Amino acid sequence: MSAANFNNTNAAARPWFERLDRIDRRWIFLLMFLAVSGPILWIGVTGKTLPEAPTLAARAVFQEIDQLPARSLVLISIDFDPASAGELQPMATSLVRQCAAKNLRMVFIALWPLGNQVAQQTIQNVIRDDYPALKEGDDFVNMGYQAGNEAVMKLLLTDFAKAFPKDSRGEATSNIPMLKGVKMASNFPLLITVSAGYPGSKEWVQYVISACNEKMNFVTGCTGVSAPQLYPYFPQQIVGLLGAIKGAAEYESMVNASLAVDGVATAPKYLQAQRRMGPQLVAHLLMVGLIIVGNVIFFARKRRGAA
Amino acid sequence: MKRIIPMWIAIIGGFAMMLSSFIPLAESWGEVFANVFNVVAAIAFVLGAGSLAKQHLEKLSRRDAGWGYSIITLGSFIVTLLIGMFKIGIHPNPNFPQAAYSGSNNTEGSAWSWIYEYMITPLTSTMFALLAFFVASAAFRAFRAKNTEAILLLVTAFIVLLGRTFAGVVLTGWFPEWASGLRLENLSIYVMQVFNTAGNRAIMIGIALGVAATGLRILFGIDRSWLGGGDA
Repeated sequence: MSAANFNNTNAAARPWFERLDRIDRRWIFLLMFLAVSGPILWIGVTGKTLPEAPTLAARAVFQEIDQLPARSLVLISIDFDPASAGELQPMATSLVRQCAAKNLRMVFIALWPLGNQVAQQTIQNVIRDDYPALKEGDDFVNMGYQAGNEAVMKLLLTDFAKAFPKDSRGEATSNIPMLKGVKMASNFPLLITVSAGYPGSKEWVQYVISACNEKMNFVTGCTGVSAPQLYPYFPQQIVGLLGAIKGAAEYESMVNASLAVDGVATAPKYLQAQRRMGPQLVAHLLMVGLIIVGNVIFFARKRRGAA
Repeated sequence: MKRIIPMWIAIIGGFAMMLSSFIPLAESWGEVFANVFNVVAAIAFVLGAGSLAKQHLEKLSRRDAGWGYSIITLGSFIVTLLIGMFKIGIHPNPNFPQAAYSGSNNTEGSAWSWIYEYMITPLTSTMFALLAFFVASAAFRAFRAKNTEAILLLVTAFIVLLGRTFAGVVLTGWFPEWASGLRLENLSIYVMQVFNTAGNRAIMIGIALGVAATGLRILFGIDRSWLGGGDA
């Protein structure tokens, strides 16, 4: 008997739960691939998305931006890179879209090296494409990336121009019209961050929001893994919180509803978060199924062992 | 000297930062040190690049296992560095047309933006996306109801996994209004805002106390372990 035949005979003799427990993990990978790709294709073809009921934390983000008077200054810190863009880019897109539609003046900064490029791409996709009347330097500006993490945040509390002496185009901060009169972070009535980790939302709370002598409102969007660490700050230090793609989808649906025009379909780039809830649903169901099957195997083995 | 000078820099810098938070007159001290820190952080990038090059060159010269990857790492590093430094494909800033390197790296269509859009973005997104596959495999093999704590964790995982999707609405959305607190989407919020917040606050307070104690030990020169080994 060859070795292969022997192994096959041996495998067949094993009880069902043993065979299932030793299943090649590539089958699980395949199931996950189908669970994610199926809904992506279905949503791509039909264009349908699942309905979202915004939670209190997501509603707070929308209301905080909505209540600002036109031309208010908003500081937007893009603290993530393309690795987390799948989860965070839809948030950044919707946040910038709501600010642009409200005619707020946006100052983009980045504490992550690639955050500058993410900000630039968001500006291109939202502001330049859909709000071409907004002028760089008057209505929005990208100050780019600054190294130093918490030290930059601390410096922002006392001197904005020292923390960011020039914008990403190389223009001196003192020459940027919309920044005339901006001395420190507290001159911004609202701080928005989209953060993937360190430095991010938690550090903004610890080094800026808690340390600021004047009232400065703070809303943030974060990845699923960092959301649990931010809930202790909600709703005192963090007024509004978007947790993971679910939070992004809730917020996106509110922004879309507020800017909807009769007879005009929402552009796909403003539906990214809601579209991603489909794959998330099926992937979560698969995870629940796998955990249940894993436990059935566990108890079957235990029973067999006891008998 | 290698230990004493860094120790005194830490002590002076630490006290300056601390006093700047409590004494208005000392506010500018904190600003000075924050500025110095920003410069040091920028220099750290140069050290990081040097360390990366050294490590991979050593690996190459020794022909260690996977030395081929070192060639790719070094090659990508050098190409990106040169493109970024020499601003390849970027026109000068219209305000300074005579200055060859005055344009911004953010310019659309530049070599750097091409690298960002077509290499960095897909590569890093792919790496992150792989997580879903390994999490699924790990959940199948390791998430077992072995004891009471594990059962609690499992129940919480089910509530959050289902409550954060439309599945929660389908499964429990029909619950009457008086039992709406038991709907999965509401239970998921409850878990995050009550149990998670309570646990995280306890951890955060513990960490804060630990950080304060360690910070004071460093400021007073009692704890020198952060200086590492080496000559005094």
